[in-house]
Amino acid sequence: MHARLIHRFLQCLLVAFCLTVTLLATDLRAADDLRTMVNALGGGNFQQNQKQVEALAKTGDPRIVPALEALSEGDLYQRKADGTVFIVKPAGSNFTLIDAVTGDAAGEEAKAALEKIKVNNGLRRTIRAALGGLTLMSPDTGVRLQAANTILRTPSADALDGLDAALAAETDGTVRAVLEKARAASVLVSDRPVDEKKAAVATVVETGGRDSLSLLSAALATADESLRPDIEAGITKIEDRQALWAAGQNVWYGLSLGSVLLLAAIGLAITFGVMGIINMAHGEMVMLGAYTTFVVQQIIRTSFPGLFDWSLAIALPLAFLVTGVVGLAIERGIIRFLYGRPLETLLATWGVSLILQQAVRSIFGPTNQEVGNPSWMSGAFDLGGMTITWNRMWIIVFSLAVFAFLLFLLKRTPMGLQMRAVTQNRRMASSMGIRTPWVDALTFALGSGIAGIAGVALSQIDNVSPNLGQGYIIDSFMVVVFGGVGNLWGTLVGAFTLGILNKFLEPYAGAVLGKILVLVLIILFIQKRPRGLFALKGRAVEA
Amino acid sequence: MITSFVLKALDRNIVWVTALLLVIAALVPALNLMTAPDHPLHIPTYIVSLVGKYLTYALLALALDLVWGFCGILSLGHAAFFALGGYAMGMYLMRQIGARGSYGNPLLPDFMVFLNWKELPWFWYGFDMFWFAALMAVLVPGLLGFVFGWFAFRSRVNGVYLSIITQAMTFALLLAFFRNDMGFGGNNGLTDFKDILGFNIQSNGTRSALFAASAIALALSLVITSGIVRSKYGKVLIGVRDAESRTRFLGYRVEHMKLFAFTVSAMMAGVAGALYVPQVGIINPGEFEPANSIEVVIWTAVGGRGTLIGPIVGAILVNGGKSIFTAAFPEFWLFALGGLFVVVTLFLPRGIVGTARQVIERRREYRKVRQAEAARAIAAEPQAAE
Repeated sequence: MHARLIHRFLQCLLVAFCLTVTLLATDLRAADDLRTMVNALGGGNFQQNQKQVEALAKTGDPRIVPALEALSEGDLYQRKADGTVFIVKPAGSNFTLIDAVTGDAAGEEAKAALEKIKVNNGLRRTIRAALGGLTLMSPDTGVRLQAANTILRTPSADALDGLDAALAAETDGTVRAVLEKARAASVLVSDRPVDEKKAAVATVVETGGRDSLSLLSAALATADESLRPDIEAGITKIEDRQALWAAGQNVWYGLSLGSVLLLAAIGLAITFGVMGIINMAHGEMVMLGAYTTFVVQQIIRTSFPGLFDWSLAIALPLAFLVTGVVGLAIERGIIRFLYGRPLETLLATWGVSLILQQAVRSIFGPTNQEVGNPSWMSGAFDLGGMTITWNRMWIIVFSLAVFAFLLFLLKRTPMGLQMRAVTQNRRMASSMGIRTPWVDALTFALGSGIAGIAGVALSQIDNVSPNLGQGYIIDSFMVVVFGGVGNLWGTLVGAFTLGILNKFLEPYAGAVLGKILVLVLIILFIQKRPRGLFALKGRAVEA
Repeated sequence: MITSFVLKALDRNIVWVTALLLVIAALVPALNLMTAPDHPLHIPTYIVSLVGKYLTYALLALALDLVWGFCGILSLGHAAFFALGGYAMGMYLMRQIGARGSYGNPLLPDFMVFLNWKELPWFWYGFDMFWFAALMAVLVPGLLGFVFGWFAFRSRVNGVYLSIITQAMTFALLLAFFRNDMGFGGNNGLTDFKDILGFNIQSNGTRSALFAASAIALALSLVITSGIVRSKYGKVLIGVRDAESRTRFLGYRVEHMKLFAFTVSAMMAGVAGALYVPQVGIINPGEFEPANSIEVVIWTAVGGRGTLIGPIVGAILVNGGKSIFTAAFPEFWLFALGGLFVVVTLFLPRGIVGTARQVIERRREYRKVRQAEAARAIAAEPQAAE
């Protein structure tokens, strides 16, 4: 029984060995064939070499690509001694030799021992077509995509055959799209019949984009009468679509600005909106959050470089804690003595903000600190005609997450219930056994903590300097006042409305004037609705 | 009517301070101009300019006190009125440079030549005349205050909301004046002034005259403010501050009261700005910074809001402290200023003058009580002896 098994096993091994050897042999034979063909390049004249290049291209073997490229660059040499062909690189008075088929290093040789294989433009053209065809058929998707893009940039009628062949074989969607466009572009510059060109125009218009526009304008210059209206209509169509995308991009920028405003204002919506406290040091809480991120990143850079992608996740709870504690200290130390005197609170917290600013300036210096983006926050991607950067994208997601978290906290937890009770009727809440001073302190700490995590997010898109907070304080007050005090939804709507409004005014009025217009609009809006968009309804006469 | 207005205005303290200001207005220039530089009583020119600057700050603080201390409107945008007055004066001084600028253009200020402008913008017309510029330095801030106040008070924006939108107002103006196309010199503002009313702006005589003008303007404003506050109207104003709804229910038009006070205050701030600019020699958009407006509030608070002398004392003390502090320990000035905000609001809500007045009154009452007790004791003594 055992013996039979072992026998079987040995049999299998033998078969496998034989197979490997055969495969290796065929591979080697192919390499040998290729080498002969490449070596043949050495002896021929230009016409023979053209034939030889075409023959090489027919093999469809990607290994010949370096040799062909070297030939067209004039870097392909033949060794006089044995007729072998090498790719060479100059190294002093010698050449470094590289095997033309395998790409391995093959020692050095004196310059005199080698002869350059001559190349002319006709040969170069043949090589380019062959290379295009070869790379278009490459098994690597990235190489194919690059080849297709190269043809798209420099369309030529010569490439059409290669493109047709490639299209027939292509399975990858992205590459196929580029190939089709490249084919259409090539048709436009060829002397194909008008009908085919019309179809090509339609294809180019369909794909859209800036490059299509330049393709069509180039085609318009040389097109004959029957094609002209088609191209003109196509150009208008693309331009219309681009305008639409530009508007989309504006909305996106607006959303992005709105999310930043939301982050900066949402903590304020808690302290100002819910508690009625004007916290002028709110911007400094944002700044402290950003500096916490900086410190965390410094520690990670020096001690745990591998964790850099996690730096924000680590900084987030820390920033919340740091600013929350600072907020708690401010509330317990200063603000609680000033309840019922909002204007004095404003002044005292302004003083706190000056102290915090100067403290940070004394510790970290007045210059901007560098906070890095983790890999998942850098870069951008294209969505149709818009470019979307990942950090902006994540900040929008993050701001909405913070908003949802706060909403949940206020509406669904006991602490939120107590907070709302104290807001609505402090004395009644107190009679019901709610410890109002603690609720005040915790609410203030929460608002400050939220400002701190906003700082973590803003450190990714803004300069981290001691003045970071000042830039946000007026805007965030505007958001809260515009949206309506005491209402988180108002803050959300207010932030995004102001963000989008700002970005839509910018192209017409310029960045600064746009901002001024928004401020004036808010001042006028306050006239109409002194309590903001979503005012809390009540019958109380203002004291 | 005017006599009664002035007479009512002059209680003992106001008389003293006004007299002191007038004496300073005469004495300081005299000591600067008429004594030799090595004379023990000589006041150097830089001190004259420095104190002159403080006096304009004091005027600004007084203007703020009229609305905040007596009407309860905490404006965080008074620096805007100050800066507008300053710009009006700066435009006059700019036009006075004439062909002496670096580009030698007789009509256009240097920055306009630099920006390739061909003609003077319409809003620069008339600023070659001093009286027009002086008028504008009062009217433009007054107009802005009137329009802004009319909108704000009519729709009953008050309390912190008002503070925040006044801050937004000065912030919007800051951004606007930073723009080059506004025609006010953009980032750099207006500077390189040569002379005022034909006198060299750098000379000792001009500086002394500007000092005297600032002191007199402050004294005059003090009398006017005092008159306003002590008139019947002023009593209603204080009523608005302490119980706005009640005053309204009593039938007073609260928004008109506030609007009047706000406009007068804006005009006074404009005058302060117009006197400030020739003494420091520059006006730029930085004066619109919201932080500046808040600093004015702290001068007023330190001196004592709701007292007329407090803001003057506060402005001079805080700015004097700032000059000394920033020279000695520049690192710590913001700590000191921030601490001042906290300490004053927590422990000194009435400010220096207010607290001092309270202490004096308490002592007076205490003395009265003691005298009464003593009298009673004397009256009771015979009975006890019996």
